[in-house]
Amino acid sequence: MRYLLVEDNAELAAAILKRLMLDGHAVDHAGSVAEAQDWLETASYDLILLDVMLPDGDGRELLRRSRADGGTPVIMLTARSQICDRVSMLDQGADDYITKPFDFSELEARCRAVLRRRGGSPRNEIAIGTAFFDPSSGRLRKGNETTELRNRETRLLEALARHAGQVMSKERLLDSLFSFDADVTENAIEVYVGRLRKRLEGTDARIETVRGLGYRLDLPR
Amino acid sequence: MRPLASIRQRLTFLLAGVAAVLSILSWLTVSEFARRAVGRAQDNVLAASVTSIVETLRAEEGEVQLELPYSAFSMLGAISEDRVFYRAVAGGLLLTGYGDLPEPRPEPPEPGGVVFATADYVGETIRMASATRIVAVAGNRVPVSVTVAQTTTGITQVARDLSRMAALLSVAFFCIAVTLSAIAARASLKPLSEIAGAVARRGPSDMRPLRRRAPAELSPLIEALDRLMLRLAGSLRRSEDFIAEAAHRIRTPLASVRMQSELALGEARTSSDRARLRLIIRAVDESSRSAGQLLDHATVAFRAEDLARDPVDLSKLALRTADAIRPTATMRDIEISLRADPALVSGDAVLLDTALRNVLDNAVKYSPVATDIHIAVGVEGGEAFVRVCDQGPGLGGGPLDALTERFRRGETAAGHVGSGLGLTITRDVLRAHGGRLILSNRDPKEGGGACVSLILPSA
Amino acid sequence: MRLAHLALGLILLAGTLSAQPAIEDRHVYEGSSPTVLRILSTADLSVFDPYLAAFHRANPAIGIDYSVVSSADLARMIRKGAAYDLALSSAMDLQFKLANDGHARRYRSEATQALPGWAGWRDLIFAFTAEPAVIVIAQDALAGLEIPATRRDLITLLREHPGRFRGRIGTYDVRKSGLGYLFATQDARATDAYWRLSEVMGRLDPELYCCSAQMIDALVEGELVLAYNVLGSYARDRLAASASDALAVVEMEDFANVMLRTAIIPRQADAPELAGAFIDHLIGIGLRSAAGSWPLPALSGIDAAQAAGFGPIRLGPGLMVNLDRLNRRNFLRAWENAVRQGADAPAGAAPAARENSAPPRK
Ligand SMILES: Nc1ncnc2c1ncn2[C@@H]1O[C@H](COP(=O)(O)OP(=O)(O)O)[C@@H](O)[C@H]1O
Ligand SMILES: [Mg+2]
Repeated sequence: MRYLLVEDNAELAAAILKRLMLDGHAVDHAGSVAEAQDWLETASYDLILLDVMLPDGDGRELLRRSRADGGTPVIMLTARSQICDRVSMLDQGADDYITKPFDFSELEARCRAVLRRRGGSPRNEIAIGTAFFDPSSGRLRKGNETTELRNRETRLLEALARHAGQVMSKERLLDSLFSFDADVTENAIEVYVGRLRKRLEGTDARIETVRGLGYRLDLPR
Repeated sequence: MRPLASIRQRLTFLLAGVAAVLSILSWLTVSEFARRAVGRAQDNVLAASVTSIVETLRAEEGEVQLELPYSAFSMLGAISEDRVFYRAVAGGLLLTGYGDLPEPRPEPPEPGGVVFATADYVGETIRMASATRIVAVAGNRVPVSVTVAQTTTGITQVARDLSRMAALLSVAFFCIAVTLSAIAARASLKPLSEIAGAVARRGPSDMRPLRRRAPAELSPLIEALDRLMLRLAGSLRRSEDFIAEAAHRIRTPLASVRMQSELALGEARTSSDRARLRLIIRAVDESSRSAGQLLDHATVAFRAEDLARDPVDLSKLALRTADAIRPTATMRDIEISLRADPALVSGDAVLLDTALRNVLDNAVKYSPVATDIHIAVGVEGGEAFVRVCDQGPGLGGGPLDALTERFRRGETAAGHVGSGLGLTITRDVLRAHGGRLILSNRDPKEGGGACVSLILPSA
Repeated sequence: MRLAHLALGLILLAGTLSAQPAIEDRHVYEGSSPTVLRILSTADLSVFDPYLAAFHRANPAIGIDYSVVSSADLARMIRKGAAYDLALSSAMDLQFKLANDGHARRYRSEATQALPGWAGWRDLIFAFTAEPAVIVIAQDALAGLEIPATRRDLITLLREHPGRFRGRIGTYDVRKSGLGYLFATQDARATDAYWRLSEVMGRLDPELYCCSAQMIDALVEGELVLAYNVLGSYARDRLAASASDALAVVEMEDFANVMLRTAIIPRQADAPELAGAFIDHLIGIGLRSAAGSWPLPALSGIDAAQAAGFGPIRLGPGLMVNLDRLNRRNFLRAWENAVRQGADAPAGAAPAARENSAPPRK
């Protein structure tokens, strides 16, 4: 996936950039409207993350222009939480918005949702042994059979698959299930891992329990 | 404060007062004029009468001779039906006529002239005209003075009749003037009430200039109104911009902190580090959420004061709000289902969206993972409703309405980020629209959970 | 001032000394109650009885005491305060002067309001008949000659046929008759022919009368062949009664006096309301639209005269002119010169100046 991040706060931009790149996306960064325009003229993107307040203008201005040339989905990053602004942004054609500060997982979820809605996400499958897994749609393909994982299962499998062969602690897995919800305990991880094992039956991938340390996705060599 | 009398009333009274004064003045003038004219007419006739008599004076056979011409008296009968008296005195002796008529003056004026006098005689006021002529009788010059008198009763009556007619005319004039004043007052105030109407009809956020043709006297008012509107719009925009700017300034670094913390969390080795990072992230969420809710609360209070009344279809609104919140729900494997029949209400769509969003937020937040939230929209008994039911822990055992109090959090709140303002905002929005919020728990046998209903008068 | 008082005393004395008021006729209509309406009038009882009888029939409770006097006596009596409730007179000038000098009471009713303007003055004096002055001429005296239509015609007739008329012409003695004086002065004012006519009549040795009735009697008896300035109403009544067409009643076409018989309520009236009621009664008859069988002509009869260009003698201060002492003396002097050429009495000594000289009101 190719993302354009338009955000003038350098630290925030760097953090988002890092996260996105960790997930394997290609990201360009623009710190102003003008810079963003340069990028848009030279490259094409799957998704634009657009801050509303920029040093040389309003992000919504850019939004209107990208709407005009027909295309790239936009998620607005806004510091405004006023209810009128929320409505006005959607009215002006943003696909979605997220209020700062945000949970990165939520941003990811929204990006996926937008891309799915636009039907524009190209396959980005990860091979898990004989099976193929698409983290953005949650589909697991085993031969002819495709199963759709639930969101938490998807996130868990994605975390394990991206670090295949490495031991993932329960705690880390918990974090990858995002949301610092009180109701998610480490016991819950065991439940989800159990479900995932069932899902992966019939493939040659398996999730090993490493006592006292966590879990590990083992793929045949 | 008691309002002052309306301008229309004042104007009408003022004009009527002017009309009354003018009426009375014109009546007095006409009356006085009539009295004088009639008096003048009588004097003229009396003078003509006495002159025509004096002209017949002559000496004959050593006596003063006099003849009363018929016209001398008949002309007096022409102006009014007044009594007539006369006298002729020659050298101090009564020649003919009424001997006891009052003397016009001790000494009549020089021959030729006519003198007038007013006196009382036989119980009435009389007007007298006297003239004197010297007649030579047997070599003596005898002054002969002739007086013709007429009562003024009839003449006064004529003047009075004229005055009464003038009074009638004045009253008629006054009545017409009052009617016209009322009409004029209304007509001249019409632009003012039109402007007032135009301002009153405006929506709460309509700050456009008035752009209205108005009489020259009102253009300062319109200009002032327009300037005020402009300033108001400016200061509103400025304060909105200020809040937005402030929020931006605070939230962007917070976002950066949160982002960095999340990254650090991914790399942290020890569990105490991770716990610390989680605390930081939680604190960031807590404070940003509180700030947002506080601002929303203020905005609701502000907008509810002068509520917009646009037609809103709750089914469409619910659909959109559900779509907006669905990604968050999906993250927790929560399904949101919707059964929506059209339900038209009149109100502020932005506020209604906020109300519903808070309820949905709660449902997603307090429900366990992988449960369902059901939204139903429709009309029931003349009232539109949006009902949000979840499969969560329910609202607890205490008095449910207490949950709508400000900053009040319930039994289920522990461990969840929140400010205790969500339901307060929802309730306030509904109240402003003349609706209400109903909180209830579902039967535990059916799996329990909370049901929150937003009820609004249907349009 | 003293002189004035002296003059006043003398005049009053003269008034009392002159003949006692001669009540010529008197009739009392008994009423069922003691209330009595006392009327002083110049109209003969024979003429006026129907009016009185009608009122009496309508108000049987009220008695009516009706006395007939000459117009001059009437004026003098009222002036002196004789106790009457109503004064009816044919001498408009005398009536008017009584009203002008304050001897009449105000009266106002629906009936008086209905009177035309010329038929009243100041709610004091009310007209109820309009009676033209006419000539009555014996047909056989004319013997085929044309009936004169104007005074000019009459003058010519008298000039050309003095024999037929000598000693057989009757007219008012204006010194004695108030009405005669009124007619004469109005004639004199209205037409130049009057004085010539008087001279022509004077040469023919006219008989002088106090009253219309006597003149007509003399005509009927054949003592006269021509009567000038007779009350037409009287004449027609009498002619109708005698049922002879030997006499012709002629209204002069050049000018005809129309006398208004008037009523006043004297100041001293004891029963002014009764008098008012009677005035209403008279006006009601005077304004009748149907002819009726009343002896005196209606006020509405005036329309014909007005159409001919001369209205009734005007009720107004002009009437007082002829009552002035000096004017009267001059007029009578001229009249005597004309009518009584070389006859008995010298002008100044005429015992006629009774009420005429406008005695100062008291
Ligand atoms: N759907 C729900 N399920 C369970 N509890 C709820 C639900 N909605 C609201 N509550 C309870 O009501 C309290 C008040 O809600 P709210 O005003 O939105 O404040 P908060 O910010 O805590 O969510 C919450 O603290 C919670 O205890
Ligand atoms: Mg809440």
